[in-house]
Amino acid sequence: MTEHSFTAPHVIAYDYTRSLGPVLSHFVTGLRDGKVKGMRTSTGKVFVPPTEFDPDTYEDLGPDSLVDVADSGVVTSWAWVSDPRPYHPFDRPFAWALVRLDGADTPLVHAVDAGSAEAISTGMRVRARWASERSGSILDIECFEPEGAQ
Amino acid sequence: MREVAVVSFAQAPNVRRDSDRNEVEILMPVLHEVRQKVGLDRSDIDFVVHGSTDFQAGMPFSFVAALDAYGAWPPINESHVEMDGAWALYEAWVKIQTGEVDTALVFAYGKGSPGDLPDVMRLQLDPYLLYPLGVDPVGLAALQARAFLDSTDHTEADMAAVAVRDRKNGTSNPCAQVVGDFTVEELLSEPPFVAPLRRHDCPPISDGASAVILAADGRARDLVPSPAWIRGIDHRIEAAPLGNRDLTVSASTRIAAEKAGASGDFDIAELHAPFTHQSIILEEVLGIDSSTASVNPSGGALCANPLMVAGLTRVGEAAQRILDGAAGRALAHATSGACLQQNLVCVLEGDG
Repeated sequence: MTEHSFTAPHVIAYDYTRSLGPVLSHFVTGLRDGKVKGMRTSTGKVFVPPTEFDPDTYEDLGPDSLVDVADSGVVTSWAWVSDPRPYHPFDRPFAWALVRLDGADTPLVHAVDAGSAEAISTGMRVRARWASERSGSILDIECFEPEGAQ
Repeated sequence: MREVAVVSFAQAPNVRRDSDRNEVEILMPVLHEVRQKVGLDRSDIDFVVHGSTDFQAGMPFSFVAALDAYGAWPPINESHVEMDGAWALYEAWVKIQTGEVDTALVFAYGKGSPGDLPDVMRLQLDPYLLYPLGVDPVGLAALQARAFLDSTDHTEADMAAVAVRDRKNGTSNPCAQVVGDFTVEELLSEPPFVAPLRRHDCPPISDGASAVILAADGRARDLVPSPAWIRGIDHRIEAAPLGNRDLTVSASTRIAAEKAGASGDFDIAELHAPFTHQSIILEEVLGIDSSTASVNPSGGALCANPLMVAGLTRVGEAAQRILDGAAGRALAHATSGACLQQNLVCVLEGDG
């Protein structure tokens, strides 16, 4: 009976690549080039990180609506990690923060290397510390640091 | 709409580490007890649905194994949500509305002890913009707490007062895990954990399980003298990115409460607020009057917070007080995701 059997190759593999899609891919490519991009929506608000859909009209938003924003801005909220865990970005105390970049209307989550809890506050200005080697990732911004810090 | 009631509730003792029992062994006595209370046999249950997460078990389709606690032969009508059991209860309520079933068993289990829970839970975050940073749910909750303190008149003492209230309430709950009589001053003298949060502002890591039986009108009154009728239930979700929503109010809870008819007076409110500041946000958006309503008589999520279970337990604890005749009208709330991203509101009433 074997001559009547059908056979087919069967390969088990995770042989796919992930795409960041039409908006986030521009965002991280911008980071690689040292630029931060935001999405301007129908109401004129600029979302950073960029949103793929307009929160008011639910329309698709494409790369044409991306705008450059600054790599510095203000802290709108912060949390002090005095005892970092192994997966945290620093092995010394640091802050998580919501940072609203100049030109943006929404804040993004990132780390702030402030040194001590006394050195960070809501409303203070911070700027991006760019990674020396950048690959197109949120980690191309190593962290934020108080403006004026060397 | 069909009238649907909670007729039975049971839960496992919440513990930091149930090292001697696997998930099935934790569940089995709970599922026996919840049926025994109303004398229902397996053949009397039309539909079974549960909530759990593979991320905690660390393996795909782990929820299938959990059915061993109930038994899947003869074949059962069954479903699962990768969500808190409160959302499994919502599915069961919808299923009963279709008219296809009259009774449903809803359960949830969560064993947080085997892994590093904050490390596991950060897998639920945006894989491109948040996960690579190493931020975890405690860090995000701390950002929410600071935004809340900055934008309101509330203080860290108000947050500590929530922990004092809930953990005192928990002393009368034999299934609660972290309980005790504390003062605000004692708690505020503790050092910050992830500032502005102190340890007491955060939920414990728990192993636990709970179960509820729902019955439609016609069955419910045969099973218990005072069913806990679900008069309204709704759930809403907000955008995932923290910057795209106002963290200091809970817009999705407000909408869910409106849709569920959660206005007027309540005898009790069981709120799924894993962090102290979230309880204040919820009480305000839900308009809870703490002079007339007892908030978290069970102790709430600050006393025990098994992942995927604590929301269903809030519904069960609220319903139990109506089943016991201790409350006439109760509000139950469940949450999911970082910083109160998704919220469910359920209004329960007795016959009186």
